[in-house]
Amino acid sequence: MMAQVDEKQVKRGIFTAMIRRDMTAAFRHPSDLINPLIFFIVVVTLFPLAVTPESDFLREIAPGVLWVSALLATLLSLDMLFQTDFQDGTLEQMLLSPQPLYAAILAKVATHWLLSGLPLTLLSPLLAMMLFLPGDGIQALMLTLLLGTPILSFIGAIGSALTVGLRKTGLLLSLLVLPLYIPVLIFASGAVKAAVAGLPIVGHLALLGALLALAVVLAPLAIATALRISLSG
Amino acid sequence: MWRWFHKLGSPKWFYAISGRWLPWFAVAALLLLTVGTVWALLFAPADYQQGNSYRIIYIHVPAAFLAQSGYVMMAIAGAVGLIWKMKLADVMAKCCAPIGASFTLLALITGAVWGKPTWGAWWVWDARLTSMLVLLFLYLGVVALQSAFTDRNQAARASALLSLVGLVNIPIIKYSVEWWNTLHQPASLTLTQKPTMPAEMWVPLLIMVAGFYCFFTVVLFMRARVELLDRERRTGWVKDIIRDKG
Amino acid sequence: MYFDNFSEFLAMGGHGLYVWIAYGLTAVIFIFNLIIPIFKRKRIIVEQTRQLRREELHASNS
Repeated sequence: MMAQVDEKQVKRGIFTAMIRRDMTAAFRHPSDLINPLIFFIVVVTLFPLAVTPESDFLREIAPGVLWVSALLATLLSLDMLFQTDFQDGTLEQMLLSPQPLYAAILAKVATHWLLSGLPLTLLSPLLAMMLFLPGDGIQALMLTLLLGTPILSFIGAIGSALTVGLRKTGLLLSLLVLPLYIPVLIFASGAVKAAVAGLPIVGHLALLGALLALAVVLAPLAIATALRISLSG
Repeated sequence: MWRWFHKLGSPKWFYAISGRWLPWFAVAALLLLTVGTVWALLFAPADYQQGNSYRIIYIHVPAAFLAQSGYVMMAIAGAVGLIWKMKLADVMAKCCAPIGASFTLLALITGAVWGKPTWGAWWVWDARLTSMLVLLFLYLGVVALQSAFTDRNQAARASALLSLVGLVNIPIIKYSVEWWNTLHQPASLTLTQKPTMPAEMWVPLLIMVAGFYCFFTVVLFMRARVELLDRERRTGWVKDIIRDKG
Repeated sequence: MYFDNFSEFLAMGGHGLYVWIAYGLTAVIFIFNLIIPIFKRKRIIVEQTRQLRREELHASNS
């Protein structure tokens, strides 16, 4: 009885401790946090500039443009996920320690989401209005980003873990991770489109929820294996 | 049983066995492909709607099959190498990747070429072709990851994990692409109608599929043998072979 | 035989370009797949023969 309680407390302890530590470290470099958001804004701005500022056209492409831009911004922020810990040896310690790796990995992914996915979600209504997305669409956009960006963090973490020891990881990481992002993109932007058309999006959200559940269960296993492989070189 | 399993993993054993089986597979491939191609080009009837461009099916479908089974083979070999640390499995996985990628490219281009007379465009975003394009990206990712590592064993383990992650994702990707496609295109736009093909059409198709499989095996064996000669160059049995051939 | 003569065979009812591009590309990819391991094998054997000779020379000298 005593041992059971201890294990849960240990897991929770690791989880919160790591989040606290990583968040503090992240806030020491605020520019790293702002960059993905600026990227998000800039990319969305490029489309009316490149094509046309007509509201009808922008309204039509808004769901896709917003989601693709959020996806690319997330990709940009994945580099920092394991890199600093790898360089200063913390990652190796994490793998060698007797503490449960699952909790540590979950904490890392949660931090990443809190620092990238969540801000993107909160910023999205502003950009959605710039693209003339109607209210129903904005609501759907936020819901899909809320459900979808954690999935992006999980999948991206797998790619990040696989490439952490390599040089010039940026392009390789994109190539590895983007095909895996496609289902999330399809269901999420489909949901926003459906919402704009006045259709129910419960089905879409359920699909995204299922993908999130799958990611929470399976991704940490892949991430742990990938970290072990990357650190064995 | 375990002894057999470990013998299975011995590079020297594989080199010997593959040397003996290679000519047979090569002959089988040549026969099947020749008979299949001749039948496909000369004797099979043309589709009453699509005309003679329908003959491309005899290349496109086998290539697509091999593209997909090639990936599965690569992922399974990678898993075996990852779990049981079997060098031979790593080698097989590494060799599957470029071959599978080339078949995916073939399936894509023949699909596009077939689409032109049928739908009037060199590329259409139908579910099958789009899934095949994503499969190509998955293959290229594995190849890119392999070459990014300098340590061979590390490279093998990393790409094995990646191909397994890809394998789990393939059904999800296919489902999402098909779902996406039904929203944007009418259901009638499929290149191949499956059950109602007369025997004079699906028999040559089967022959071509079998021929493609044999060809894949031939090239896989060839690549694996070369890779083993490279990896095991410090061992006695390879040195003997080199002395023979050099 | 589905076709009456050779020129009809080549023309493929107007779809000749597409059919022959497809089959031609297949031949190219097949050949490419065969050539690469053949050349790689030759290169490895040449390299390793040289290496072996170097080692045997070194062994006989010492």
